[in-house]
Amino acid sequence: MPLFSARVLVSLRPSVLDPAGEATRAAAARLGVDGVSKLRIGKAVEVELDAPDEQSARAQLELLSDRLLANPVIENWILELKDDSSAGA
Amino acid sequence: MSLGVVVFPGSNCDRDVQWAAEGCLGIKTRFLWHEERDLSGLDAVVIPGGFSYGDYLRCGAIARFAPVLQEVAAFAERGGRVLGICNGFQVLTEMGLLPGALTRNQKLHFICEPTNLRVEPGPCSWLQGYTSGEVVNFPIAHGEGRYQADPELLKQLGDSGQVVLRYCNNPNGSVGDVAGVSNTQGNVLGLMPHPERACDPTTGGVDGRRLLASLIG
Repeated sequence: MPLFSARVLVSLRPSVLDPAGEATRAAAARLGVDGVSKLRIGKAVEVELDAPDEQSARAQLELLSDRLLANPVIENWILELKDDSSAGA
Repeated sequence: MSLGVVVFPGSNCDRDVQWAAEGCLGIKTRFLWHEERDLSGLDAVVIPGGFSYGDYLRCGAIARFAPVLQEVAAFAERGGRVLGICNGFQVLTEMGLLPGALTRNQKLHFICEPTNLRVEPGPCSWLQGYTSGEVVNFPIAHGEGRYQADPELLKQLGDSGQVVLRYCNNPNGSVGDVAGVSNTQGNVLGLMPHPERACDPTTGGVDGRRLLASLIG
């Protein structure tokens, strides 16, 4: 069965306050990096999955992203999928 | 009357709940290990505070898939009374039994202090021992207790009497000063403050007693 690699990017929805991001933004100024007008912190989740085909892999990964990796009440997610089988993985 | 207290790896208020219920009020309790599926004989279930499964990913995100909670969800669906305190509240929102979500405190600090709360009118059976508008004092102890709901949902919850407790002096940036919400039927309550730590006069006030005492009328 082909192996699929994916990265799921989870971020807080724009309407949700990100106090950790704000604190980090304040530290950026102390580092001397001025002009940072926005800094929001999310998660990048790397996943490898065996699936019969890309359509099935995508369906499983979407379920995983929407029901476990992110909480859609407060977070958005983006799925980046690539098929490793052609690389002989 | 028999009360189940869920215990996850990482729960740390399970014994506090047991002491409050059994030690202070004489309500028989039974611990429910996270892999347990038998809720028979129980009249109510508490999901206590702590750091279930280390709170990895998000608070309550992994706990939500615990076998015991599949049974708790069915129990709540049948009208059984379920109380989620602190981490338990986070778990109930992750399960979808309660609306909204709990996020990082506005000022990032873990806050541990006594807090005044206003009891709001609503159908919540857990709060039947309190009068609407009454101010009670329960301790809070959390780093991720900022209640989040979009304005439309918040209004809807307020209108339907599901916002049952509000902070008098909002400590964590929760929208609408929300400290506790119930489901529409009122049998499921989640709150960030700890009523079980306000039951024994030797460790502070007793304002929390009536919440657990609602089980024994």
